[in-house]
Amino acid sequence: MAKKIALLQGNEACAYGALYAGCRFFAGYPITPSTEVAEVMARELPKLGGKFIQMEDEIGAMAAVIGASLTGMKTLTATSGPGFSLKQENIGYACITEVPCVIINVMRGGPSTGMPTGPSQSDVMQAKWGTHGDHPAICLVPASVQELFTETVRAFNLSEKYRTPVTVMPDEIVGHMRERIEFPEPGDLPVVNRAVPSVGPEEYLPYDTRFGDIPPLAAFGSGYRFHLTGLNKTADGFPTNKAEVVQREGERQLRKIEDNIDDIVLYEEYLLDDAEIAIVAFGSTARSARYAVNEARKAGIKAGLFRIITYWPFPDKQLAPLAARVKAIIVPEMNLGMTIHEVKRCAAGNSKVTGIFRVDGEPINPGQILDEIREAGK
Amino acid sequence: MAFDYEKYIRPGKLPHIWCPGCGHGIVMKGLIRAIDTLGLEKNSTAIVSGIGCASRLPGYLDFCTLHTTHGRGMAFATGIKFARPELQVICVGGDGDGVAIGGNHFIHACRRNIDMTYLIMNNNIYGMTGGQFSPTTPMGARASTTPYGNPDPPFDIAKLAIGAGATFVARGTAYHASQIDKLLVEAIRHKGFSVVEILDSCPTTYGRRNKFRSAVEMMNNLKESTVSIKAAENMSPEQLQGKVITGLLYKENKPEYIAEYQKIIDDAQEIYR
Amino acid sequence: MSQRYELRFSGAGGQGLILAGIIMAEAAAIYDGKQALQSQSYGPEARGGASKSEVIISDDPIDYPKATAVDALLALTQEACDKYSGDLKEGAILLVDSDLVKKIPKGDFLLVGFPIINTAKNEVGRTIVANIVALGAMVALTGVVTKASVEKAVLSRVPEAFRELNLKALQIGFDKAMSARETSFTQMGEEFHLSR
Repeated sequence: MAKKIALLQGNEACAYGALYAGCRFFAGYPITPSTEVAEVMARELPKLGGKFIQMEDEIGAMAAVIGASLTGMKTLTATSGPGFSLKQENIGYACITEVPCVIINVMRGGPSTGMPTGPSQSDVMQAKWGTHGDHPAICLVPASVQELFTETVRAFNLSEKYRTPVTVMPDEIVGHMRERIEFPEPGDLPVVNRAVPSVGPEEYLPYDTRFGDIPPLAAFGSGYRFHLTGLNKTADGFPTNKAEVVQREGERQLRKIEDNIDDIVLYEEYLLDDAEIAIVAFGSTARSARYAVNEARKAGIKAGLFRIITYWPFPDKQLAPLAARVKAIIVPEMNLGMTIHEVKRCAAGNSKVTGIFRVDGEPINPGQILDEIREAGK
Repeated sequence: MAFDYEKYIRPGKLPHIWCPGCGHGIVMKGLIRAIDTLGLEKNSTAIVSGIGCASRLPGYLDFCTLHTTHGRGMAFATGIKFARPELQVICVGGDGDGVAIGGNHFIHACRRNIDMTYLIMNNNIYGMTGGQFSPTTPMGARASTTPYGNPDPPFDIAKLAIGAGATFVARGTAYHASQIDKLLVEAIRHKGFSVVEILDSCPTTYGRRNKFRSAVEMMNNLKESTVSIKAAENMSPEQLQGKVITGLLYKENKPEYIAEYQKIIDDAQEIYR
Repeated sequence: MSQRYELRFSGAGGQGLILAGIIMAEAAAIYDGKQALQSQSYGPEARGGASKSEVIISDDPIDYPKATAVDALLALTQEACDKYSGDLKEGAILLVDSDLVKKIPKGDFLLVGFPIINTAKNEVGRTIVANIVALGAMVALTGVVTKASVEKAVLSRVPEAFRELNLKALQIGFDKAMSARETSFTQMGEEFHLSR
C-alpha cells in the first residue's frame, strides 16, 4: 500500500510524530509560534483515548506533564522562548527525579516577548543551561517537516530509554513551513518504552543502581509505592544531605548520557570529504547553508556542510577532527553567537572559525553564506 | 484499642522535621484516620505536595508520594489524576505554597473541578525559611520581613476557593483534632474538587514574634478565635466579630472535569470509529 | 522544470493568502508529484498588517525554504506591493488588484492587473473568496501547477457547502488572468513601463 502523503506544517508533523511514538498525554499553554502542536493534540488525542489539557500557565503545563508521566504515560508539552524560560524549574525537577517527558520549543526571537512571529535559534544554550544546577541535556534540532516527525519520535525514544526530559527545538521557520511528508507506517520507526522494574514492589527503589546507571522507573498505580522529591536523594528517593551520595548521584546522571553519546548524537555530513571550508549549521539555517555549498561548488570552491541534528550533547567527537582537516569553519546562526563558541571549543585553534549572526527576524540567506565562503576561501 | 497509625507510616522515616508545638503532625494524623475510614488502597492513592514544612508530609506516609516544586503541587497532581483517574489524589501544602506562589494553580484547580482533594495547612507564615510573612499573615503581624508590622491584607483561603469555583470547601483547626478526619472524609468522598483548610500554628517563627508565650497559648487561640458554622447560626454579627467560621462552608455538585473529558473521548471515538 | 520556481502571495493579514499558498503547494506536492514548500511571514496580530505566503516548487529537494528571486508575486494591497516586490526576478510575473495597487514598482516585469477583490464580491458573490480568485489567476499566469491539481487541492481544503463557490472563484480568477494578460498593457497605461 502506498504511504500516506500530505502537505504538513512542521508543528503538525511534530504532533503526529508524538502520537506515533505513543504519546497519549499533552499539557500546554498557548504561545506563538508553537500553538499548532497543541491544536493538533487537542483534536487527535481524544480519538485515541488520550488526554489533552490546557493548563493555567507554562509552569503548570510542565508540572502536569511530569505528573502524568509518573503514571507510566508518554507525555508532551510544547512552548516557545518565554514559555521555555518559565518551564525551566520544573524541567530541572524532571532531570533530578529522572522522569521522561518531551518538550517542544519552537524558537522565536527574544529575549522577553521579542519577536513572537519571527524565527530565531537563540534558545540552544537555554536548552542546556536554563535550569539551575548541573545535569545532562538532550536537545534535537530538526531541519525539515519530515525530520520534525522522525526526531520527535526519537525524542520520545531517548527520553524513555535514558529516563530524562528531551527537548526538540525547531526554529520558527521549520515549525511553520509546510512540506510534503510521508507518514511512516507502524513498525517503520523504532518505538522505545521505558524499562519496568524487574523486582517486586517490596524490593523496588526508584534509583537502584544495581540495575545500572538508568534504574527502571515504576508507575504510580501499578502496585509500586515510592517517593520522589526534587531534593538531592538516595536510592530510595528520599532526601539526603550526604556529600558523597549527592556527588555520586550527580555524576551518575551525567554519565548515563555521556556514556551513550554515540547512540544519541545524530548529524549529517554533506560534501565534507574533500572540503576545505566547512559550514556548521542546524535547522532552517542548515538548509540555507546547503544551498550556498552547492553554489560554491559550482564556482569551484570546495565547501561542505556539517548539519547538527543532536545539539546536546554537542557533536564534539565529529567536529574536532573536522576542524583539524579544513581550512576554515563558518557558523551561521540566528542569534548573536552561541554555537560558534561550542565549535571554537571543538576546533581548539585547529581552524579558523567565523560566524554569521542575525537576530532581525529574517533568515540567514544563502547569499550571505556564499559571501563568507568566498571570503574564507581567499 | 488505640488507632494504629503505624500501618500508614513509612518505616524509618520518623521523626518528622516539624518543631515541637507545630500542628502539622495533628493534621497528618487526621489525614491518616480519614484514609483509614475510607479504606483507601495504599497502591492507588497518590499524595502530592509542593515545598514548605507542610509539604514534607507525603514523605512520611506509605503511599505513592511526590514532593514537587514550590507552589506546583496542584499542577503535578492534576497531571497524575487526569492521566490515571482511578488513582485517589490528595494534594497537601501550606499557605505560602498554596496561595502565594501556587495561587494560580490553586484557583484554576478550583475552577476546573477535578475530583481530588487539597489539604492546606494554614499557619500564616513561611516557617521553613524562618518566618517571612505569607498571604494569610494578618495585617499588623510581625514576621522577619515585616519588622514594623505587616502592611499586606490577608487572603481568606476558603472564600478564595469558593470564589474560584471549588465545589467543596471546609475549614477546621489543628485544635479541633477530631474534626479534621471528618472533614477530610467528606472532602475525599465529594465528587469534584475539594478544599480543606486547617488553621494551624507555628510557635517557632510566628508565635515568638507575635507575643504568644507558648505553643499551648497558640492552640488556645485557635480554639478561641474560631466558631463552628452551626454555632454561628445562633450568633449575632457583634458576637461573630473577629471570629473565623469552621466546618463545611460550601458544597455543590457540578460537572466533574475528567467525567466531562471522558464524554469528549467517547464522542471523538464514536465519530472517528 | 528542474529549477526552483518561487511564488509569493501577499496582501493584508486575514485575506486568506496563507491558505492560497497552501493550496498551491498541495497541488504541486500531492497531485503533481513535485517538491513543494510553503512558508509564511506575518505580524503578531491575526488581522491586518502586511502578510506574505511563499511557495517554492521544484523537481528536486528544496533546501533554502524562503524565496531568493521571486518568479511570481501577487499583491492585494499597496503596502504589500511596496514591501514585497524588491526581490522580483527579471521578467517575473506581477499580479495586482488594480483597484488597490496603483503605484507599480519599476522593473522588467510582466504586469497583470484586474480588480481581484471586486471580482470576488461582484462576480463570484463573496469577498471572502478573493484569495481563491487570486489563486486561479496565479495558476493561469504561472502554469507551474496543473489546473486539475489545483481544483483537487481546493476541493480537499474547503467544506462541502462551499465547494461550488470556490471552484467558481478559481475558474473566474483563471479566466480573468488570461484575458487581463492580453489587455493589461493598454488598460494600465504607459506609466507602468512594461517590457512585454
